[in-house]
Amino acid sequence: MIRMEYYLIVSTIMMFVGIYGFLTRRNLLAMLISVELILNSVDINFVVFNRFLFPEQLEGFFFSLFAIGISAAETAVAIAIIINIYRNMRNIQVKNLDKMKW
Amino acid sequence: MDYSSIFSYMYTEIALIGVIVATLIFDLIAGRRGRRFFQPVACVLMLLFVAGTIVPYHRETTEIFGGMYVYDPAYGIVKSILAIGTLIVFLQADSWLRREDTSFKRGEFYVLTLSTLLGMDFMISAGHFIMFFIGLELASVPMACLVAFDKYRQNSAEAGAKYILSALFSSGLMLYGISFLYGTAGTLYFDDMTARIDGSALQIMAMTFFFAGLGFKLSLVPFHLWTADTYQGAPTAVTSYLSVISKGAAAFTLMVILVKVFAPMTQYWQLMLQIVIILSITVANVFAIRQKNLKRFLAFSSISQAGYIMLAVISGTPYGMTSLIFYVLVYMAANLAAFGVIATVEQNSGGKVEMDDYNGLYGTNPKLALTMTLALFSLAGIPPFAGFFSKFFIFAAAFEKGFHVLVFIALINTVISLYYYLLVVKAMFISKSDSPIAAFRSDSGTRISLALCLAGVLALGIASSVFDGIGMFTFGL
Repeated sequence: MIRMEYYLIVSTIMMFVGIYGFLTRRNLLAMLISVELILNSVDINFVVFNRFLFPEQLEGFFFSLFAIGISAAETAVAIAIIINIYRNMRNIQVKNLDKMKW
Repeated sequence: MDYSSIFSYMYTEIALIGVIVATLIFDLIAGRRGRRFFQPVACVLMLLFVAGTIVPYHRETTEIFGGMYVYDPAYGIVKSILAIGTLIVFLQADSWLRREDTSFKRGEFYVLTLSTLLGMDFMISAGHFIMFFIGLELASVPMACLVAFDKYRQNSAEAGAKYILSALFSSGLMLYGISFLYGTAGTLYFDDMTARIDGSALQIMAMTFFFAGLGFKLSLVPFHLWTADTYQGAPTAVTSYLSVISKGAAAFTLMVILVKVFAPMTQYWQLMLQIVIILSITVANVFAIRQKNLKRFLAFSSISQAGYIMLAVISGTPYGMTSLIFYVLVYMAANLAAFGVIATVEQNSGGKVEMDDYNGLYGTNPKLALTMTLALFSLAGIPPFAGFFSKFFIFAAAFEKGFHVLVFIALINTVISLYYYLLVVKAMFISKSDSPIAAFRSDSGTRISLALCLAGVLALGIASSVFDGIGMFTFGL
């Protein structure tokens, strides 16, 4: 059986790759994908903790189900807003979102 | 548990769902002509809702749904304060919603705003991290739609993108923290978790991530970078909602969770909060001085006000909670008055929100200038107004627990904040302008809301029964 630590290593790498991507990508959709990586790493964490440490209850499974559903709703709104930006400015590069500064 | 207890303890949320459904149905059947009456309908519904739920029905703390939902009279007080704030925002919103490019979707504004209010109510009453998370997201996802509501204006779209990406990122960080709390404690119920938290290194990391998530919502300083852009770009009614209602709910929830769930780690979160408070108040004050756009200026002012609110959180006592609720109430009156003036000037002058545009406002619109002045005096904490008393109470709450240096730094910053609040007053009363904003008459909703806010600014501090009345309900911390 695969030990718990390996799952946690994967989820931690996903988390920090997501943070790195969120801070360095210059395209709104790529930033959104990075945030999805963060949210998915959290889902892995919950499921793994539940399966290996507290198998008698289902709280972690349920939390990850709710987290998946809610992050889908958030992504839908985010994509709608990105489409709206595309309509206004004809591209989705972060460097063009500079009308308001300081 | 039987179903009657759901209705008798969850009455706020159930009544609010009723209001949302009624608003939605009215939006469907009203048609183009009927939508002109949307504001009176929404305001009457909200007024009924506020009148029905303003005083908590029960005096004892009760858990329903097996501890998922907690009823507490103090939570009831906070929810009614938030509902009153929403009502005032509704009163101010109509002059903006009547504009041509938003008039056909004005129903959506009311439904979305009420949805976020419902989310905040659930977030406040949560007794389990799933409830808390769902409430938080229900409050922040429709809020992103509201920020991007003026979808043909580039500023609004830009603000919406900045808001939704920061909200997603912060909720990701917060969930990561919660996942490690679950891994170390084995439960997600607030009550059970307290007993299993021991202050191990992993739990300190988890708490920091969790705090980062709520810090984004509160726009405390290391997490404040979205605030100014979002506040400036969003429609003014949404900005006022975001700066008061959303912030008040998040601050109260943060206090409840820190004091209840993280009670064994008090020394760690107190240290963290001290750093965050000093940074928030100081950095926001320094940046507020150089702002020329009034919405941006009030954004930085609200960041520093959030720092002051955290002074009540750090005390962690029932007295601190009373002063937090009172502070949110007073801050709501003052800030909604300031944003109401900005909104009505913006609508009636063709979008003027710069500080230089306000030069000579006293000569043309003396009442509005006076309202703005009193609101800013209250925000700065000048004695006869309510802001002085609310600041005094939170300083006392923090001082009582031994945070002397912290209170001293906050006091110095109050003096600095007085300078930039007075810059606006100087522009309105002293600076001369060749083309001041012409005299105009604002619509009745705005006038009623400004009168309500002014009454709050003038009376809340002097009427000591308000503070004592809130204090009667906060024993259960």
